[in-house]
Amino acid sequence: MTTLLTDLARQSLAALRLLLVMTVLLGIGYPVAVWGAGQAFGERAAGQPVRLDGEVVGSRLLGQHFEGEKWFHGRPSPQAYDALASAPSNLGPSNPELLAAIEQRRAEVAQREGVPAAEVPADALTGSGSGLDPHISPAYARLQVPRVAAANGLGTDEVERLVAAHTVGRALGFLGEPGVDVLGLNLALVHATGGTGGD
Amino acid sequence: MSDTAGGLLSLAALLALLAAAYVPLGDHMARVFTSTRHLRAERAVYRLTGVDPDAEQGARSYATSVVGFSAVGVAVLVGLLMAQAALPLHRDLPGVPFWMSVNTAVSFVTNTNWQSYAGESTLGFTAQMAGLAVQNFLSAAVGLAVAVALVRGFVRSRSGTLGNFWVDLTRGTIRILLPLSLAAALLLVAGGVVQSFADSTISTLAGHPQVLTGGPVASQEAIKLLGNNGGGFFNANSAHPLENPTALTNLLQVFLILVLPVSLTRTLGTMLGARRQGLAVLGVMTLLWTVSLVVTTCAEVGGHSAAARAAGAAMEGKETRFGEWASALFAVATTGTSTGAVNASHDSLTPAGGGAVLANMMLGEVAPGGVGAGVYGILVMAILTVFVAGLMVGRTPELLGKKINAAQMTYVALYTLTTPVLVLVGTGTAIARDDTAGALGNPGGHGFSEVLYAYTSAANNNGSAFGGLTVTSDFFQVSLALAMLLGRLVPIVLVLLLAGSLARQGTVPRTSGTLPTHTPLFAAMLVGVIVVMTGLTYFPALALGPIAEALS
Repeated sequence: MTTLLTDLARQSLAALRLLLVMTVLLGIGYPVAVWGAGQAFGERAAGQPVRLDGEVVGSRLLGQHFEGEKWFHGRPSPQAYDALASAPSNLGPSNPELLAAIEQRRAEVAQREGVPAAEVPADALTGSGSGLDPHISPAYARLQVPRVAAANGLGTDEVERLVAAHTVGRALGFLGEPGVDVLGLNLALVHATGGTGGD
Repeated sequence: MSDTAGGLLSLAALLALLAAAYVPLGDHMARVFTSTRHLRAERAVYRLTGVDPDAEQGARSYATSVVGFSAVGVAVLVGLLMAQAALPLHRDLPGVPFWMSVNTAVSFVTNTNWQSYAGESTLGFTAQMAGLAVQNFLSAAVGLAVAVALVRGFVRSRSGTLGNFWVDLTRGTIRILLPLSLAAALLLVAGGVVQSFADSTISTLAGHPQVLTGGPVASQEAIKLLGNNGGGFFNANSAHPLENPTALTNLLQVFLILVLPVSLTRTLGTMLGARRQGLAVLGVMTLLWTVSLVVTTCAEVGGHSAAARAAGAAMEGKETRFGEWASALFAVATTGTSTGAVNASHDSLTPAGGGAVLANMMLGEVAPGGVGAGVYGILVMAILTVFVAGLMVGRTPELLGKKINAAQMTYVALYTLTTPVLVLVGTGTAIARDDTAGALGNPGGHGFSEVLYAYTSAANNNGSAFGGLTVTSDFFQVSLALAMLLGRLVPIVLVLLLAGSLARQGTVPRTSGTLPTHTPLFAAMLVGVIVVMTGLTYFPALALGPIAEALS
């Protein structure tokens, strides 16, 4: 037993030294090297900031909280797209709380968009995996076109063109699902109306 | 293109990538662990560490090194997390509380990466990259080392040694994990994953404040997946758009999760000089994984839950850009390996989908299992299988030229008992406590599933969660840390002692009476043993949780 303990102590010293060496290599050298090489990708390594009149108004990757008539709305986010609190709802598939939330959202969206409740797509009724989903389904975007067009004084044709221009297809044509970039679309609305954003 | 065609094509693309990597990567790893040459960088590491790289270790010494290295890793990481306020790039965050630090340190050192904290609101950049990411590398390298030591136990004859832990650890890190991580991290940056050292606060288009979180995400993401660690830089893990921005990065992530465990079966075959044995093991892993994938995909895409029926699709907890197919694929890959990263909320999966990923972990992480851990896990199950087969025909069981005697079976029996005891005792104890009811995120059977999932994930060193469970109480922090620690080190020590006992034996010659272990018949038996063992152990617990929910 004592030999085992002496051995453990001796080995632990080697362990500590190895850990320190590896921390310098893997904990500092490696991320700094990736950061340095990542500079070649420009703003892709910096979260792809989106600008309006030179001012950063968001990241192309992060969803934002939009409410009111004139915006396209993103998916439900209990944390209102707070990027310091990324999380799903973690409500289970039979949880009455989730079922009630889905029914309530269905009624709200149907009323807001003036459509039958049955037409509201699933992504408008459910929270995402991060609470920061930057996309909505093309179906949910189409549902919002008449309201957004009217609120911004634009023709539905023009708004539909904007939706199409901000629809991201499947990656490489087959990976994942198509989605509409809500921030990019709303930014295009601002440009189309000559506005400056804000509520 | 339809969702189904896209989903099947994605799967085909994944399999093509894995097939392309299989032989070159598998053989590279075999060379890494059999070569007698040291790289100059490695010699420098050995000098700085004071290790003689040409000294061989027996099983006890090798095991002592693993345990000592893990203990030091936990102690240093606890200190680093608690003292993070004094470190650079701390983002004005305070030190991590003691029990949370202990839980997190154990979690990362044991390759579990269970997270009782939220990355973006708890940790500074130095704690993430110099603390957690370092253990991401080293814990994966420990898994590789142990697997290689067990393979040497089969290969060596009348030998008292299994190799040198420090050399195996260093080589695994420098020749395998670091170069692959560098390449993967750059691909991830190209795909849009953030790599920066600053947050910024902006006013959104609608005029709300939003913090654009930055950080060394891509570098951490690469090893998080490659090393089957799974600890997210952010709380939402790979569902977070800054960790996993597109369906293309998602495919890359699933590939990174699977590539080492899958290719290691080639390494196994090459090192044993029995390539068909490696293929047989891969076949077993693939079969188990495929069953889980089919069940999960059907459940998610088919929307078989009350919430999915109410909403029209099982999209709660899933990101639009991934959808059901890519979320199901990720969930099965992450639980079949010991990764535990998630790109969707497992708590919100359909009952059958959530049950399948839970069962995937209960298989003992052998489909295809963690980096290294999958190989040693399935070899242990293979020993159990030849034992059962030996009982049927009344012969002394043999595997790969080694006799399986009472000593070996003792280690195997203890190995197969360790994880179930931790899972079932942990779950039972937690459920029996009055205050657990308040920690559950969901009512009814699903709440029970959350607790069962937590201890299954911890003891199998997976790290994914039914995240609705609040695990910040001292009871959960300590009991889950114990499950992770014992679930990692006890099997490792048993595997090394088993390896030592095998290496000491001579090799028995093959005769006409030897049960061949590379055939479909043996592979089918191995699958049967794994499934029966898992079923006998966990069926009652599964019946109370996901099965009850699926049937209600």
